[in-house]
Amino acid sequence: MSLYYVQKLLYNLNRDARVRQRHADDFGDLLKEYDLSEEERRALVDGDIGLLYVMGVNGQILMHYAALLGYPWDDYIKSMREGLAKHGPVRHGLYLTTDGRGAV
Amino acid sequence: MPLVFAGVCSHAPGITGRAERADPELREDFYAAMRRLGGEIRAARPDALVIVAAEHFANFFMNNMPAYCMGMAERYEGPIEDPEWLGIAPRTYPGASALSRRLIERIMARIDLAYAEEWQFDHGIMVPLHFLLPEADLPVIPVNINCQGPPLTPLSRAYEFGRALREACDAVQERIAVVGTGGISHWPATPDSGKINEAWDRDFLDRWLANDHARLTAYTDAETWREAGQGGFEIRTFIAVAGAAEGAVGELYFYAPIPIFAVGCTVARLRI
Ligand SMILES: [Fe+2]
Repeated sequence: MSLYYVQKLLYNLNRDARVRQRHADDFGDLLKEYDLSEEERRALVDGDIGLLYVMGVNGQILMHYAALLGYPWDDYIKSMREGLAKHGPVRHGLYLTTDGRGAV
Repeated sequence: MPLVFAGVCSHAPGITGRAERADPELREDFYAAMRRLGGEIRAARPDALVIVAAEHFANFFMNNMPAYCMGMAERYEGPIEDPEWLGIAPRTYPGASALSRRLIERIMARIDLAYAEEWQFDHGIMVPLHFLLPEADLPVIPVNINCQGPPLTPLSRAYEFGRALREACDAVQERIAVVGTGGISHWPATPDSGKINEAWDRDFLDRWLANDHARLTAYTDAETWREAGQGGFEIRTFIAVAGAAEGAVGELYFYAPIPIFAVGCTVARLRI
């Protein structure tokens, strides 16, 4: 279970311009420093917001990763809904969906 | 000097980041209430503003998570988020490191407070300051209460932290204003973003405006999570301000759900 390290990577990305530069230059190389499962590595490389959401990445951290990847707001919300449809309910953490109905 | 001001407001990033998507009339009424709070802070002639916020993994992570942390830096920068995404340009706020240190020493007598000489502001502080201190011309002292990564501090301790903060503010020479930012009910950063439990919010505000310690601290986290979402854990910041203004009751300047802002937008103060 390396969800912690997925979140740590995204935390570092959100707060450190040098880590963002490495993300832009060679994400694969940056990922080597984190102890991740293959599914986690794939989700990060693919920028799969829906899967990362279902895995249980804290929503606040994920929201900023989606922004970094250039997701417009509505697409970011949509990606989480698609993740739920494809992969099932959120597996860990507090950022569950209730009625699934939001502002957009 | 005795604490000169105590208030609360919302801090959701959509307030500035998705401004143009809200009902213009509601948005402008809310912004006006935020600015009113800012004007009243200035009118209280504070030497510094202590802002009690609930951050979102900008500075603190689960590798070393303090329940309570106060800034002790000479200056603070923000936003940590993409400025365009947040709708707030980067800026620097002056700190008050020597004053911070005296406050921290005092508070430590009652609360095991962490301190930080580095701190990048996220939307939890930038959004309120955008309205409250548009000129960035008053020293700011940030406080974080962990409302994100459980285990979380109990509500009764958040109130107690507020009491300790009050005692510290009263003990120093400077005039200090306190503002709490957060919640109330919301489900941010989920597909439900925009869902707001208005009845729960209004009941919470009743308790807060009455500064009713027993009822403010009666919630369990399980109950809050169910009724008010994971965003509801941020009531800790409001409860801390109630503790800092114990004995004072409040006045609600604004409350309205604005779904695209993902929160019931709130502006209120306690009349100390
Ligand atoms: Fe928040």
